Amino acid sequence: MSLTTPDTYMADDPAGDFPIVQLLTPEGERVSHPEFAYDGDDESIRELYRDLVLMRRVDFEAHALQRHGEIGLWPPAQGQEAAQIGSGRALRKQDFAFPTYREHGVALCRGVEPGKLVGLFRGTELGGWDPNEHGIALYSIVIGAQTLHATGYAMGLTLDGAVGHNDPDRDAAVIAYFGDGATSQGSVNEAFDWAAVFNAPVVFFCQNNQYAISASTDRQTRGPIAQRAGGFGFRGMRVDGNDVLACHAVTKAALQKARDGEGPTLIEAYTYRMGAHTTSDDPTRYRETAEVETWKLKDPIERVKRYLQVQGTPQEFFDALDAEAEVLGKNLREACKALPEPDLEALFSMVYVDGETPELLEQKAAYVAFRDGLETEGTPA
Amino acid sequence: MTKMPLSKGLNAGLRAAMEADEKVLIMGEDVGRLGGVFRITDGLQKDFGESRVIDSPLSEQGILGTAVGMAMRGYRPVLEIQFDGFVYPAYDQIVSQVAKFHFRSAGKVKMPMVIRIPFGGGIGAVEHHSESPEGQFALTAGLKVVACSNANDAYWMIQQAIASDDPIVFMEPKRRYWDQGEVDLDHDPFPLHKSRIVREGTDATLIAYGPMVKTCLESADAAAEDGVNLEVIDLRTLSPLDLDPVYDSVRKTGHAVVVHEAAQTLGLGAEISSRITETCFYSLEAPVLRVTGYDMPYPPSRTEEEFLPGLDRVLDAVDRSLEY
Ligand SMILES: Cc1ncc(C[n+]2csc(CCOP(=O)(O)OP(=O)(O)O)c2C)c(N)n1
Repeated sequence: MSLTTPDTYMADDPAGDFPIVQLLTPEGERVSHPEFAYDGDDESIRELYRDLVLMRRVDFEAHALQRHGEIGLWPPAQGQEAAQIGSGRALRKQDFAFPTYREHGVALCRGVEPGKLVGLFRGTELGGWDPNEHGIALYSIVIGAQTLHATGYAMGLTLDGAVGHNDPDRDAAVIAYFGDGATSQGSVNEAFDWAAVFNAPVVFFCQNNQYAISASTDRQTRGPIAQRAGGFGFRGMRVDGNDVLACHAVTKAALQKARDGEGPTLIEAYTYRMGAHTTSDDPTRYRETAEVETWKLKDPIERVKRYLQVQGTPQEFFDALDAEAEVLGKNLREACKALPEPDLEALFSMVYVDGETPELLEQKAAYVAFRDGLETEGTPA
Repeated sequence: MTKMPLSKGLNAGLRAAMEADEKVLIMGEDVGRLGGVFRITDGLQKDFGESRVIDSPLSEQGILGTAVGMAMRGYRPVLEIQFDGFVYPAYDQIVSQVAKFHFRSAGKVKMPMVIRIPFGGGIGAVEHHSESPEGQFALTAGLKVVACSNANDAYWMIQQAIASDDPIVFMEPKRRYWDQGEVDLDHDPFPLHKSRIVREGTDATLIAYGPMVKTCLESADAAAEDGVNLEVIDLRTLSPLDLDPVYDSVRKTGHAVVVHEAAQTLGLGAEISSRITETCFYSLEAPVLRVTGYDMPYPPSRTEEEFLPGLDRVLDAVDRSLEY
């Protein structure tokens, strides 16, 4: 028997029996949906557009920094801007996000400065920001682990009485980001189970970008990802992940449901990673150019631009935004190079809250003595 | 002074910690209505409610992973792993997440949680119910590991562990759960991360923790009948180790024997032996010896009498040490 995947596989058949929510077509035309609608005006769409453009700029700039040897690695997010900005902008201040390592757009929505995003990848930090200050946890490298953290945090919200008051300033929710590959992990399935059992105010936001490094989604699962929620006892839905309006509308509704105390939702944002998995990856080994070309036509930014142009947005708006992106890029380059070099001596005190253990104190003293000894040896007499 | 079994000491300690701080939560399989399979959490759900003593799904990674989020939200979860051999599905979260969060966040995120694990053999259980995984946690930077050996320590150490802002793996010697002991409810407790001389002696030093402390004390009683005077040290803290009392003792006796149930190779005995050698080399009159479980998965329970270090093996090691 061979271990090939049967043809009957359906997960990635967007025309299959799992409906997809779309509010803005790739041609830039707004369409209606029986349940979900984008509730903002054109001015708010211009703001979303600005976010999309700036996110892409940060992503490109970080990519370039890697090519220049300033950072060791970068996971590009091109193609996933709508999923991240649409969902990220649906969050309120008191909500909390648990990202993977590719949620640059979500982090920007949470007010994390672009320069702080690259610390992890430059090797100056293991995190880069204060989760409590921004309402977003640190990037999670271990696939799926953060979905359980999100669920526990959401259970904490329930215990704190922070849901179900019909009070927009008080009620809070959690959003957990992960990829299609992550759905194969036990942790993610345990998170689904716990969230359902405890009716936790958490939105599971899966960016199905079609690949886990080189493995396509059919290597992870045989059924539509969105459908999986049903087995755990909550609702799953699939949204056009390249449509910022649909991503915003669907996430906003799911977050509100969570804040109202009505439990979890799984959103599968159907999208595509245009670039490599990370800067160390070679996607030409596992996917066809033709496939990439078809997804180019669904670009999440172009369709918003078309819409705004047809609505009569003046050219000056686009020009001003280009200029703003230029400044942002320059600032990121400078911020990256200005990141302080970490100090191993200082790290000894970061292991425990209650100060260094006797072992750590001894090892620190030995390290310092050895380091200082080298320095003295190195200086000419 | 009140007399109670070690299990009751833990129960009373948990109760006191929950009364002292409303952020303390208990979570685990069957901890609520049943009071845990060893009844350590008996009656707590009744008194503190289902939101503070949470019967979890049967999901160890879930218990640990959600506790991470709860800790981030300001809670102090106390987690029960039902048996030592079932901690491994949660191992990833403990080692990769719990242990590293404070460090990764440059001190911004704390993980004040206690992971309670009934450990060790001697109760005739089926497989996966008698393991000694403490070393796997003690070698993980970012975690602290302690083991209680008597009712008084059980009562106080669990409260101290819960009050700690660092994550603590709390090893409970399951075969000593039913041993009665005096609990001093009134006096300040002995510090958490300190080892303790539990019997003074002059001829050789026995170093143990958890279930083996009693075995060593019994060995010392037996040796005394032959005129051999053994000092016994209860380590209590496995990470960080507190070896100063051990060094002092070895400088006095010149002989050291480390005793634990976990397998020998790369067990805590190896670390302790190495440090004694580094620190007390000129005081040693014999190499540091170890009496441990063998390097095999825990065997069928009908062999555990021979597998586990007992009085005879401990005394044999003492004899070998003294003969050098
Ligand atoms: C537990 C674990 N196993 C393996 C890896 C190595 N790894 C990093 S990213 C990745 C693929 C993840 O795919 P997916 O969940 O679809 O997320 P995507 O990167 O596509 O957003 C793998 C295998 C890891 N980080 N964590």
